[in-house]
Amino acid sequence: MRILTNTNIPFVEIRKITYAISIIFVLAGLVGLFVRGLNWSIDFTSGVAAKVNLSALDSSVSPIQIDELRSVLMSNGFPEAEIQHVGAEDASTFMIKLKSKDADDAVSADTKTRVIQIIKDNFPEHVKGRDINTKVIQEIYEVGPKVGGELRTQSLLAVAIALILMIAYIWFRFELTFGLMAILALAHDVIIIVGIFALTGKEISVQIIAALLTIVGYSINDTIVIFDRIREDLKANRKEPMGKVINSSINQTLSRTAITSVTTFFTALSLYLFGGAVLHDFAFAICLGVIFGTYSSIFIASNLVLDFNKLIHKEKQTAQHLSRRR
Amino acid sequence: MKKFSWRGLSIIIFILVTAFYLAPLAIPNLPGWWSKHTLKLGLDLKGGMQILLEVDTSQLSTADARGAVDQNIKIIRERIDQFGVAEPSIQKLGEKRIMVQLPGVSDFEAAENLIKQTAMLEFKVVVQPDEAKRVLDFVDANISANLDRFPELKKLDELDKKILAEPDSLNQSSKAGVFSSLIRSGDSDFEVQFDSVRLIQDLMADSLFQQMIPAGRQIALERADNTVPRADRILHVLSSAVELSGGDLARAKVEYGSSTSTDPRIANKPYISIEMKREGARKFERVTADNVGKRLAIVLDGIVYSAPNIQERIGGGRAQITGRFTSSEANELAIVLNTGNLIAPIKPISTSIIGATLGSDSIRSGSMAGLIGLGIVMIFMTFYYKLSGLITDFALIFNVGFVLAILTAFGGTLTLPGIAGIILTIGMAVDANVLVFERIREELDTGKTPRSAVDAGYKRATITVWDANITTLIAAAVLYQFGTGPVRGFALTLTIGIIGSMFCALVFVRSIFDTFVVTGTKKTFSV
Repeated sequence: MRILTNTNIPFVEIRKITYAISIIFVLAGLVGLFVRGLNWSIDFTSGVAAKVNLSALDSSVSPIQIDELRSVLMSNGFPEAEIQHVGAEDASTFMIKLKSKDADDAVSADTKTRVIQIIKDNFPEHVKGRDINTKVIQEIYEVGPKVGGELRTQSLLAVAIALILMIAYIWFRFELTFGLMAILALAHDVIIIVGIFALTGKEISVQIIAALLTIVGYSINDTIVIFDRIREDLKANRKEPMGKVINSSINQTLSRTAITSVTTFFTALSLYLFGGAVLHDFAFAICLGVIFGTYSSIFIASNLVLDFNKLIHKEKQTAQHLSRRR
Repeated sequence: MKKFSWRGLSIIIFILVTAFYLAPLAIPNLPGWWSKHTLKLGLDLKGGMQILLEVDTSQLSTADARGAVDQNIKIIRERIDQFGVAEPSIQKLGEKRIMVQLPGVSDFEAAENLIKQTAMLEFKVVVQPDEAKRVLDFVDANISANLDRFPELKKLDELDKKILAEPDSLNQSSKAGVFSSLIRSGDSDFEVQFDSVRLIQDLMADSLFQQMIPAGRQIALERADNTVPRADRILHVLSSAVELSGGDLARAKVEYGSSTSTDPRIANKPYISIEMKREGARKFERVTADNVGKRLAIVLDGIVYSAPNIQERIGGGRAQITGRFTSSEANELAIVLNTGNLIAPIKPISTSIIGATLGSDSIRSGSMAGLIGLGIVMIFMTFYYKLSGLITDFALIFNVGFVLAILTAFGGTLTLPGIAGIILTIGMAVDANVLVFERIREELDTGKTPRSAVDAGYKRATITVWDANITTLIAAAVLYQFGTGPVRGFALTLTIGIIGSMFCALVFVRSIFDTFVVTGTKKTFSV
């Protein structure tokens, strides 16, 4: 069986359209970022997150409603508490998040203990007969203000270092233009995905940063396979115009790009569907990353190289440079 | 006969290493040296508690600061050992941070308090046995009078009474109260049976119980002997006055008596020599003068580490603690004594607690997602590339095994993001093969024989495989460098997965092709 072999799709010709699509997505992402802002998880803001199960042993006790829990926390000095159901509504399991607003207003070290105490005091019937430390509190995280701030700086630094190292590698293996354009395509992927997270209000946690870096690695992988083919084809067809060579290179690698994307997408999708709640957002980010990463590798990165070279009138040199170099 | 090849050798090593480290997961009852290499699970999969502590060294010089962090680590380790946690991990992170991981701990409040308290080293005089007996009787009487306020003891008392009430009980006349029934007088000390230790510890933490003890007296347990399972604990009655505190000590170190020493107490044995500060020396002289023949307890955080006899008045601020120490016991005691110099407080800066059920749920859903992902990819590859796809599937399973094996070999921990890393590797691992197969198809289309198509396909795809994977490795390496805990686990599995997949595609699968599939003059090639 074969798919997408011997295709001749005019990727280079339709690049104005694909650029436009990308620009729309990137703008939407940026608008999302600036209007809604990012919902940083407590890993970064510092604060307390607790997963509590308040289903009473005694079935005659009426289950707790989310509003009840919210008003209890509010009257006990936590008006900023975010509360969500975990799983089905009748499971009576809640995720309570208390985020510090800024460094001065940091969640103090005893917040965790206070939250546990509030639950013990206000819902005695729901807690009764169950071990508070293992059955009621299923999970609790407390992040101090220092750690949160540091982590944010570190994460941005990590993404930046990864990008710079990749530019350097591609520069060394290909040419600077290729490196810069590949990174531009990557930035496109990252902005769109972060924008989608901003628009949907999903949290940016440490795991999402890990997902972003994975996407960066994956997308550049796709792009490089195409670049590699362009280099090879430029060498073989020195007379042809660069646009034509690039177009045929993308077509030649199309089946490979599609197959790898499909297998990676399937595994990410199975992680999303069956991997459990903890990995849900992580898998979501990876799924998006595969889609947009593949899109930018096929439609954006190589076309950008072509246009940038046209802009600085260096098509000839680039072709010569690449075919000289091993 | 084929000649020796590096490729063959590397494949054999690859398979052996994978098999060696995976065997303990699959086969029970392996010899100890083998089965000890098992994959460790991260806290997020096992449940437990993790605390990140920061040592406040702002008051210390640079040299002292470094020492203070190490000392804190030792103290925390000591405390956790006393608390009884299996496989705790205590690591130094950066310059002044300590990461403590306690798998399987459920009473997290107690554990947290235990870790973050400031170390307190005190010297207290042990009261004479007859006085100690009197104190315990006093406590006993007090508790019997207020039994309603100690529900745990009351329950025990009722149980005792029931047994005593039985007609064949010999001990009808026993008047001992419930508290002293927990304590056994040994030859020179009091002992608490292992089963009662927890109860006694809870009592000692109870302020109500403390009111039952006569003024100026204190009850303390001796350190648990970790070499004996379920060991009984010695109980001391101390005079609660602090005779000397850690700050009075200048230095403690382990020394060895020479074998020719005339003093039988130190000949050929480790002992601890301590040096007091000036003020401490004066206090020490007074204490020893007043209490010759008694014992002086060295108490760290309320636990008696050693209670040496005061043999004579000691002036000059130098003393030796002798006893039947093993050298590691002597070392530990020296560390404890040196904690007196510990002036750097620690405070927790982040804490995570993960329930055990959540962890096992994660393992279940993680492996489920992995198996489904693996299944889909394998079916797809077989369907699309026929025999070659099937060979890839075979290599893919090996690759997953390889990731787990290498993780075990380097003593890494498998975390939930780590499982995600393995699952993603499954999707990405086939990439190298896809690159090669697509290339081979192109070569076949130009009319080449299978033999030369395979050779040319590999030759041309290899560069691409390297280029593409090195960039992904860069991302993984940065992730490893910046991440902590779970994220690091993810970066590690991703890295191993990428390396493994390159090996599988470029060496393993190729060898199978060369050896079994495209031998000699075969005309067809299933790809």
